[in-house]
Amino acid sequence: MSKYLLNKFLYTVDRDPELVERYRVDPVGTVAWWETERANVILNVPELERSTWLEFTDAEREALATHDYVTLFELGAHNFLTLTLFIAMFERDYDEPLGFQLEYARKLSHFSLPYPDIST
Amino acid sequence: MATVAAVIASTHHPFYYRASTSTGTDRPPFADEWVSKIEAFRETLTRARPDVLVMVGSDHFHQLWLDNMPQFLVGKAPFYDANFYNEEREFGLPRMFLRGHEELSAYLLRQGIDAGFDLSFSNELRIDHSITCPLITLRPQADLPIVPIYTNIFAPPMAQPKRFVELGRTIRQLVESWPSDARVAIIGTGHLSLELGGPRQFGPHGPDPEFDRKAVGWIASGDLESALAEVSLDSLWLPGNATHGFMDFMLMMGVAGDNVKADYSDSLDLFHTMEAYFTWYPEARK
Repeated sequence: MSKYLLNKFLYTVDRDPELVERYRVDPVGTVAWWETERANVILNVPELERSTWLEFTDAEREALATHDYVTLFELGAHNFLTLTLFIAMFERDYDEPLGFQLEYARKLSHFSLPYPDIST
Repeated sequence: MATVAAVIASTHHPFYYRASTSTGTDRPPFADEWVSKIEAFRETLTRARPDVLVMVGSDHFHQLWLDNMPQFLVGKAPFYDANFYNEEREFGLPRMFLRGHEELSAYLLRQGIDAGFDLSFSNELRIDHSITCPLITLRPQADLPIVPIYTNIFAPPMAQPKRFVELGRTIRQLVESWPSDARVAIIGTGHLSLELGGPRQFGPHGPDPEFDRKAVGWIASGDLESALAEVSLDSLWLPGNATHGFMDFMLMMGVAGDNVKADYSDSLDLFHTMEAYFTWYPEARK
């Protein structure tokens, strides 16, 4: 399992306004592009010196490609990263203040303590 | 030697800026009470007449990332840009530009490392809302030089609560030994019980009001013994999955001193989390 890579996806998409929109409208294409082109780029290192070994598991790729934040939580993606990016993508679709955040909580309501481990 | 003019511990609620500046139907019903509490809290810093602010907070995966994650980091730069695109997007926070105090940063780094803390440093640090929120609440003119200190309360493995307390005690000693006639306020922000990205998030209160009640009592009375006896890295998951930010409150209890009662304490029960505000005046005890 590559929780680190899940987090890296969420982190690098969240900090880029264009990528946030691209991931919202084309999750399958964005995840495939990102895994091929960006997953192995070390963030503070020239692209030439990229890593060679990082890839998603099938379950991780599927969860990202379907915007499945419940499964991301179950896989141990960092709760803050998932929440922040998904608010950016979907809060706008709800009329009530905190509508998306409360639905997000409801969809996770079957989890009890201890939650899935977020250690990387 | 420098004077610790005030020690301040606070929550940092990123929605305060938007709530306090909104008008008409956009203004939430709790905004007026919140603003009034913040203005009273602000006065506790103003009256201390600080020249420099040491600001303890935590980067929320903005500049600091899992490929190179420091546990404790001191900024040492002449200036700091502040707030990030996703904080503008989600909270409506303004971009800010802050002056640094490199001399005090250098002193805390040198002496802190020599005191047994292998502190990381940054010469180009963009500050996030853990430090800009208390500036917005306590010193909105943002006119004083700062020394930012970041702690990792976000990415396991983290340092033990006891280590946060020890760092707080050390920061206090170091500021008091700094050869300067400056008046230094040491300000740190953290969380009480908090859930982010979990089933208990954004409820009508914080996720664990009982923890919050106990925690406010520990802070207000300086009861580090009880806090350290009851709080561990494992236990902090229980009140809410983002409650490790309470360790920054524990750090500030270390700054304030064992069993030193806060000279000012206040709280506000909001949706999502409880706000809490504390100020100590070490000078008054000398």
